[in-house]
Amino acid sequence: MAKAYTPGLKVAARTTHRARRLLPISGEVRVSVGDMVVASDVVAETFMDGDITPMNMANRLSCPAGDVASLMLKQIGESVEQGAPIARSKGIFGAFKTEVVSDATGTIEQVSSVTGQLMLRGAPIPVQVRAYLAGKVVEVLPKEGCIIENEVMFVQGIFGIGGETEGVIRVACSDHEQTLEADLITSDMKGSVILGGARMTAAALRKAIEVGAAAVVSGGLDDQDLKELLGRDLGVAITGSEKIGITVIVTEGFGDIAMAARTWRLLAERAGRTASVNGATQIRAGVMRPEILVPLEPGENENEIDPTLAKEAGMLDLGTTVRVIRDPYFGLLGEVSALPTEPAVLGSGSRARVLEVRFPDGATAVVPRANVELIEG
Amino acid sequence: MHSDPDLPELDPDRIKVIVATDCGSTTTKAIMIEEVDGVYRQTFRGEAPTTVEEPFADVTVGVVNSVTELQELSGRQLIAEDGTIIRRTSTDDAVGCDIYISTSSAGGGLQMMVAGVVREMTAASAKRAALGAGAIVMDVIASNDKRRPHEQIQRIRELRPDMVLLSGGTDGGNSTQVVQLAELVAPAKPRPRFGGAYQLPIIYAGNTDARGEIERVFTAEDDATGGFDLSVVENLRPTMERENLGPARDCIHDVFLEHVMAHAPGYDKLIDWTNAPIMPTPGAVGDILQTIARTQGINAVGVDIGGATTDVFSVFDGTFNRTVSANLGMSYSISNVCAEAGMDQILRWVHLDMEERELRNRVKNKMIRPTTIPQSAEALVFEQAVAREALRLAYQQHKEFATTLKGVQQQRTVGDVFSQEVGGASIVDGMTLDLLVASGGVLSHAPKMQQTAMMLIDSFEPEGFTTLAKDSIFMMPHLGVLSSVHERAAMEVFDKDCLVVLGTCIAAKGQGKPGKPCFSYRMTGGTTANGDLAYGQLVVVPLGAGETAEVEVSPARGFDLGNGPGKPITRTAKGGPAGIILDARGRRLELPEDPQARREAVTRVVKATGMYDDLEVAPNGA
Repeated sequence: MAKAYTPGLKVAARTTHRARRLLPISGEVRVSVGDMVVASDVVAETFMDGDITPMNMANRLSCPAGDVASLMLKQIGESVEQGAPIARSKGIFGAFKTEVVSDATGTIEQVSSVTGQLMLRGAPIPVQVRAYLAGKVVEVLPKEGCIIENEVMFVQGIFGIGGETEGVIRVACSDHEQTLEADLITSDMKGSVILGGARMTAAALRKAIEVGAAAVVSGGLDDQDLKELLGRDLGVAITGSEKIGITVIVTEGFGDIAMAARTWRLLAERAGRTASVNGATQIRAGVMRPEILVPLEPGENENEIDPTLAKEAGMLDLGTTVRVIRDPYFGLLGEVSALPTEPAVLGSGSRARVLEVRFPDGATAVVPRANVELIEG
Repeated sequence: MHSDPDLPELDPDRIKVIVATDCGSTTTKAIMIEEVDGVYRQTFRGEAPTTVEEPFADVTVGVVNSVTELQELSGRQLIAEDGTIIRRTSTDDAVGCDIYISTSSAGGGLQMMVAGVVREMTAASAKRAALGAGAIVMDVIASNDKRRPHEQIQRIRELRPDMVLLSGGTDGGNSTQVVQLAELVAPAKPRPRFGGAYQLPIIYAGNTDARGEIERVFTAEDDATGGFDLSVVENLRPTMERENLGPARDCIHDVFLEHVMAHAPGYDKLIDWTNAPIMPTPGAVGDILQTIARTQGINAVGVDIGGATTDVFSVFDGTFNRTVSANLGMSYSISNVCAEAGMDQILRWVHLDMEERELRNRVKNKMIRPTTIPQSAEALVFEQAVAREALRLAYQQHKEFATTLKGVQQQRTVGDVFSQEVGGASIVDGMTLDLLVASGGVLSHAPKMQQTAMMLIDSFEPEGFTTLAKDSIFMMPHLGVLSSVHERAAMEVFDKDCLVVLGTCIAAKGQGKPGKPCFSYRMTGGTTANGDLAYGQLVVVPLGAGETAEVEVSPARGFDLGNGPGKPITRTAKGGPAGIILDARGRRLELPEDPQARREAVTRVVKATGMYDDLEVAPNGA
C-alpha cells in the first residue's frame, strides 16, 4: 500500500475531543477537575504586564541625565496619572522652572542615570481564556490552564478566517452542491453558524455579517471574494486574528467546489445544536486547520461508521475514495483504479509517482499521487 | 560494535570516508563522500523525514534513518548496534566513516531580533552579521526606524526570538543611544519560543565604552524576567569606515549551538556525534559560496528558492552578503508572491491563454495544499512565471541590502564632481558576476534545464558573460560544513558532483530599439558559429556539457558586454544542456508594453530556447 502525500482532513461523526485551553503567560486557573463548563465560561485568567511608555526626561527638563533622579517629584514604584506633574527643573534662581507631566497613567518603573530616560508601566492588561468547548474539565495545568474533554462531532476545514466563536447551526442551502447566495441568509440567523453548500459568494458573506451571524461554513470561496472581504490580498496563510465581524470556514478549497457530501450531511443533521467554531489557520510546519466542534449527547452518532476506521488512515489502496486537489481535475471525486509503481511523465514534463482515478462517470485520469487527498466518506 | 566515543583528531590526510547530513524542516538528507583514486567524490545519498516533531521528538532518529539508507545503498556499515554513527580508527577498517558532520534548519532554523542605533548604519551591519550567520531576522529595531518607542517595545514583546543581537555606536563614541536601546529591550521582556526556563541570549556587539552600562541594564532586569544570558563581543562597527562582523557571527554560532540547538529535541546527542560544530543550513551555504569565490577568484551569486522563503547569497570582490526573503516562496508563500508582484507582472512571462480569476483560485489552492505538483503544461508554465517574479523580488531585496557602508565620510576633489558615489550603493553588479548558482525545487526539479536557465536569466538579468549552474541535489550545505574541516574535499566534490553547469548567458547591457543592431558574435573551439543579434532577440548556440568555446562579441554603440560600451570582448564560455544563450533583449530587461507584442516576444524566446518543446497544451489545460 502507498501513503497519500496529502492526508485528508478529519471529519469524525463522533470522537473524544480534548481542548487545551492555555494562558499565554502564567496566571490563575478558575476551574477544577470534574467541573462542567459551557463554551462562554472563563476558565483561566491573568494580567499581563502593562504597556511601557518611555519618556526622555533629560531632554524635557533640559538637564544632564544624571540629574534626572534628583528632579523627580514621583519616585520609582509610585503610581501616576496621565497629566500629573512628575518632575520639575530647578530653573534659574528659582524661577522659570519646567514641569514635566506624565504622558500616561501607570507606575514609574525605572529612571536611567545614563540616558535620562524614564519608563512608565501602564496598568496590567487582563487576559482571559474561555472554555470554547462545552464539556468536562479533565485536567488542570496549574497556573497555565486546563484541558476540557467532550464527545463531539469534529469537522476540519481547509482554510478559515476569524477566530473562536460559537452559535447554533442553521442550514441555509438545501444540499451540499448548492451555492450559498445572499438571499438564503435571513435576519433570524443572527448569532448562528450558517451552513452553506458549495461556493459562498461575497454578497452572501456581506449579508451574513449584516445580520450578525457568528460564522459561515461552506465548500468553496473565490479568492477575488476573499480579497474583497478582507480589503487586501491575503499573502501568507496565517489567519485567525482578522476582525471582520464573522468567522468563515472553507471546507474544500478555492473556487466552485461542493462540500463533501458526508461533511454536509453530518453538519445538517445537527441543525439547531450549538457548535464551537474556530477559523484560525496556519499552513506552516505544525499545520493548524480551522475546525467545527459539536458536543454530542450520550449515544448520539454512535452507529455512524467512520470510513477512516475501515482501513489504516492515510493509506492509498485500490478502491479508496480520493479527491483531486490540483488542476486540471481540481475538486473531482473518484476511486483509485490503479497504482502503478513506476514514476510516469506528466503533461508538465516532470516525472512523478502517479495513480489512476476513476470518476463517477466512468472516465479515468492519471494524476500525481501528490495531487490527491483521501476523502473520508 | 559501537561507535568510538572519543572522536579521533581530524587529520585531513586520513579522512577518506565522510558522512554529512542536513536536517531540514521536513527532510533529513545524508550524503557520503569518499576518496576515489585520490579525488573526493560524492558517492551515495539517502533521505528520511526529519523527526524533530512528535511522536519522535528526536532529530537523531531521522539522521539514523537517512544514514541507514546510505548504508544500504553503499553496502558499508555506518550505524552501530547502539544506533550511533560508527567512526573508524584506521583507514583499513571496512566499516564506519572517518568524520561525520551536519547542518540544521529544523524547527524553523535560527530566529533572531536585531537592534542597532541607526537603521542604515549599525543596525544594517548587525542585520548583515545575523543573516550571514544563517539566521532569520524577525525584525530590526533602530532608534530612527520611525516607530515610536512604545511601538518598538510592543513589537519586541510580540516577537519570540531565539536570541537578540544588540549593536550601536562606534568605539569611543556616544554610548547614550545604545544604552537607551538596551533599556527598551530589557523591560519589554521578549519571551523566547522555547518557554520560561530558557534564558534569552543577548549578544552585545556595540560601543565598547557602553559595555558596563549594558551589563547593568540586563542584569538589573534579570530577577524580574527569569533572565537574560548576555554575551559581549567586539563592536561590529568599530568605526564608520569598517565593519567587523566576524566576532558577532562566531558568537551567534556558539549561542546557536549552546542554547537554541540544546533546546531542540535530540540535538544534545547530535552535537556529541559530529566532528565539527553543527551549522545553521544557510550559514553553511554561505561558507561554501565564499570558499568557491575565494579559491577561484570569481564573483558569485547563489539562490535557494523554497516553499516559504528565498535565500540569496552573493560574494562580490570578497564581500559576502546574504538575504532571506521571508515570504517569497513557491508553496506556503506563493500567494504572497502574487500579492506583492501583482498578477499582471506574473502573467507577462506567460505565452499561453490564462484566465486571472481561475488562476487566483489555483494560487490559493496551492497555498492551502502546498505539497501538490503541477500536472499540466499550463500549470508548469504558470508556476515558472511565479518563480521568475519571486526570484526577481528576492534579488531586488538583496541588491538593496548588499551595499557599501553607509555613513562613511568621503573626501572628494573637483575631479569627482561628475562621478560622485554615495555610501550605500549596491555592490551587486550584474556585469562582474561570473557564476550564478540555482537551488530549490522549482529550479532544481524543472523538467528541462533550459527552463532553469531562463528562469535565472529573466529574474537575475545577468550582464556580460555569466556561467549558469544548479546545485544537483542540494549538497551545498553539507559542503559548507565540510569546507571548515577539509577544504580540498569540499571543493573537489563541489566541482565534480555538486554543480551542474547549465550553460553560459551572454547579455548586452543597454537599451535600444527593437530590430536595431545590438551585438555580433563569433565562436571557436567547442563549437563554431557566428552571427548578428538585433535588439530584442535571443539566440541559443548549442554547446555540450564539459565543452568550452572562445566567444568574441562586438557590441553596437551604446551596448556593453563587459569591456565598456561599444568595445569588443573575447572570453571563454562553458557549455551545458542550455548551451550558450545570447541575449539581446536589453538590460534592464523590459518586455513590450503592448500585450500582443509582449506575448509574441515571450513566444519567440520560448521557441528559441526550446524550453517548452514537447509539452502538450490541451485546451482545458489537461
